[in-house]
Amino acid sequence: MNGLRWMPVVKYRDIEPELRQLQRRAFLRNTLSLGGLALLSGCDLSTNSGIDAALKSILRFDDKVQAALFSGRRLAQTYPPSAVTRPFRFNAFYPEWQVRGIPDGWRLEVAGSVSDKTPWTIAALRTLPQVEQITRHICIEGWSQIGRWSGVPLRLFLQRIGADLRAPFVSFRCFDGYSSGLDMASALHPQTILALDFDGQPLAPEWGAPVRLRIPTKLGFKSAKNLQAIEVTRIFPGGFWENQGYDWFSGV
Amino acid sequence: MPLHHQPTRTAAHPAIVRLLHWVWVYAIGCMVFSGWQIYNASPSLPFNFPRWTGLGGWLGGALAWHFSAMWLLALAGIAYLAYGFTSGHFRRDLGVPRPRAVVRDLWSALRFRLGHRIGHYNAVQRLLYLGVIGALLLQVVTGLAIWKPVQLSALVSLFGGYPIARDIHLTTMFLIVAFVIVHVVLVAIFPRTLISMIAGTPAEPQNPI
Repeated sequence: MNGLRWMPVVKYRDIEPELRQLQRRAFLRNTLSLGGLALLSGCDLSTNSGIDAALKSILRFDDKVQAALFSGRRLAQTYPPSAVTRPFRFNAFYPEWQVRGIPDGWRLEVAGSVSDKTPWTIAALRTLPQVEQITRHICIEGWSQIGRWSGVPLRLFLQRIGADLRAPFVSFRCFDGYSSGLDMASALHPQTILALDFDGQPLAPEWGAPVRLRIPTKLGFKSAKNLQAIEVTRIFPGGFWENQGYDWFSGV
Repeated sequence: MPLHHQPTRTAAHPAIVRLLHWVWVYAIGCMVFSGWQIYNASPSLPFNFPRWTGLGGWLGGALAWHFSAMWLLALAGIAYLAYGFTSGHFRRDLGVPRPRAVVRDLWSALRFRLGHRIGHYNAVQRLLYLGVIGALLLQVVTGLAIWKPVQLSALVSLFGGYPIARDIHLTTMFLIVAFVIVHVVLVAIFPRTLISMIAGTPAEPQNPI
């Protein structure tokens, strides 16, 4: 049944030292840039300089402002099927040829402050009520596209597994090495779903098979694909991009 | 009355305006150069800004700069608007010029016959300063719209949707940069205006004949 096996040609951890070295080289080049004249461009969140620390603390302040602006009832605009962007753009932290198939024996794990930690199969997830949305996916890079997803409202899923809804965070871990997290208010938003279908078809690997998060009230990188585990937690979850300096809340 | 008999001559630019001017130089510089770095992550026009002009080193760093400097820009803007309305600065110095006066002053300026008197604004200056204030306000509003297209959805609809609001944000940046270029060229032609924006140089007589 599972014809798509995970056979990555290059693993991230294998090339990590080289990547770090490249980043350092880019950092050195940037200190010679225009901002460097003002001794600023070295401040790119990669160092422990005073300015980087100031930028990070302002980002944390911005997160509080964003959480205050967020309303659990305000819905992202929805569009007619004719507005769906085709072809839909692939995006991940790796190129499309490194997309991984569903691992053998995959189950969606649940952990943390939940009363029922039984892992979920796709068939079990499909027995839950499904909703469809046609919403705009807005990338942190600025581009956007309209897509059609359907799946289980995360709120309903969290209730079903007996999650402590007063816990501040929901953390997502993916089998492609990605991770991200949500504040509980955003996790409980009615348009936040565990998507099983994309454009009327079960998710293909490049769109996050077998289940992905879809949250139109956040920037695209918060909609983690290829989910492996969901954890309801009191520990700040960070995330793949968030740990490198992308704003954690990233609400839209 | 000859002006040198005047008992007091007020500064061409009050201290608050001079202070805010330099805060803006820094804040707008941060916003523009980090904005160029953000643009480079996904250019919507067929060009990139040169890498060396970017602030922040990469998209994440640039966004951190953009979402930090925005507070400085907004606070300086609010302080300036409050000062401008309460002190009479807008009424006195920045009244909307009549089109005929703009044409007249522009024609004089292009023949290098328009005197520049520190502390007084001719019709072309008024038009440019009002224009850049308007552009900065539009930039803040489009910036809010594309920062929060869901939470502030009314704002984004006002501009015709997220992609259009983003294009307006980019276009307005070009207008602001064009103003800065004209502004800096004029300061280079009249260097004493630079001094008047640092020290409290007295205003020059309005109509020295």
